[in-house]
Amino acid sequence: MKALAALFGRDVKLAVRAGGGAPVAVLFFLIVVTITPFALGPDLALLQRIGPAILWIGALLASLLALDRLLAADLDDGSLDLLTMSDTPLELALATKALAHWLTTGLPLVIATPLLALFLNLDLAASAAVAATLLVGTPALTFLGLAGAALTVTLRRGGLLLSVLVLPLAIPVLIFGVAASNAAVVGPLPFGTPFLILCALSLTGLVIGPVAAALALRSGHD
Amino acid sequence: MALIDYANPSKFLALTDRLIPWLTGGTVLALALGINQIFGAPEDYQQGATVRIMFIHVPAAWLSMFGWAVMSVAALGTLVWRHPLADVAAKAAAPVGAAFTLICLVTGALWGRPMWGTYWVWDARLTSVLILFLMYLGVIALWRTIEEPTRAARAAAILTLVGALNLPIIKFSVDWWNTLHQPASVLRLDGPSIHPDLLVPLLVMAAASGLAFVTLHLAVMRNEILRRRIRTMHLLQAQRAPGS
Repeated sequence: MKALAALFGRDVKLAVRAGGGAPVAVLFFLIVVTITPFALGPDLALLQRIGPAILWIGALLASLLALDRLLAADLDDGSLDLLTMSDTPLELALATKALAHWLTTGLPLVIATPLLALFLNLDLAASAAVAATLLVGTPALTFLGLAGAALTVTLRRGGLLLSVLVLPLAIPVLIFGVAASNAAVVGPLPFGTPFLILCALSLTGLVIGPVAAALALRSGHD
Repeated sequence: MALIDYANPSKFLALTDRLIPWLTGGTVLALALGINQIFGAPEDYQQGATVRIMFIHVPAAWLSMFGWAVMSVAALGTLVWRHPLADVAAKAAAPVGAAFTLICLVTGALWGRPMWGTYWVWDARLTSVLILFLMYLGVIALWRTIEEPTRAARAAAILTLVGALNLPIIKFSVDWWNTLHQPASVLRLDGPSIHPDLLVPLLVMAAASGLAFVTLHLAVMRNEILRRRIRTMHLLQAQRAPGS
């Protein structure tokens, strides 16, 4: 437990102090939201209708791009080998790393969402709904991405492959995230059902992701 | 003859060499019978002759899922039982399964054009098959990216199993998202809802396609074993080369 807490603190500190992490992910998110009106035209009614979808796609891409940093730095300085061989179960260590990663890249995206929602002409209820769905949905993306990152971390050109492998698996998260956000804005479906399924997806990811990632890292070692 | 007896690639190669001609013959015969029955089958009162696309489309759809199932069992073989041929089986199943998925998508598009008036709609079942196709391509890309066969096998096995866990979730979520395609009409609890005149040729074609799958799978496995032998020979040759 102490080792996990230390690992968590180390990862958070590194992410906050090393730079290139959360602020760049949020910047990327902002840029995705900014370029969308250039493609669609500055029609505020249209932007309001598809705003939740744009925010979700932006958050999805931003968290995807941050994924290759999840394990790569640890592989480079050798601490990944230490984690693999230490007494702490690798699954728990990886789950801790994923949580720290989510806290430093996923959560800032959620916090930035209400501000970006202003650009898309979303009202207060809608932007709160999108932020809430992102809050419970982005952990699922991180945990799925953890498995993908573990599979591709030792590859020379793993970044692109990582996206190709993870994106199909992220489709349910996107579907229920956008569905819940839209349900809050226009109805007719209740907000609760897709929102709860989204929570379930995140919890399932918490189980599957670290186990698969630990399996991948161990099998890559011998 | 336990499965473990064929852990020896030479024994397996001998078996495939004996089986493949028979399987090929069986596939050709079954396909001939099936095609004969297709043209004997009555036309649908609404769809006319285009209903015959079904006899290729539906078996391909079944086999597209069967291919992932084969890969998942082989993945367990790689990770749990460490069967030496399991990763060959998994690698060989990926392109065959992807090919049947592509056949399913293409025939579906060609069938959709006269029936629904468009090649593609973002309907739940079509979309799930498209995602399945993308996942096949992802697995194939992973196989091709990792050079060393045993490491690639384990990575691909993990991806296959994660995919197998996720496929029902994806299927469910896409169903939830949109539905236009007709629901399953052969594999149902209360018996098939399709007329026997159409069902019999469909089952014959399914058997023929299944035979084609098995034949292709064995042939690709044989090629893969030979390819690995050539790779090993190259490596040995490079080691023995002067100056190394």
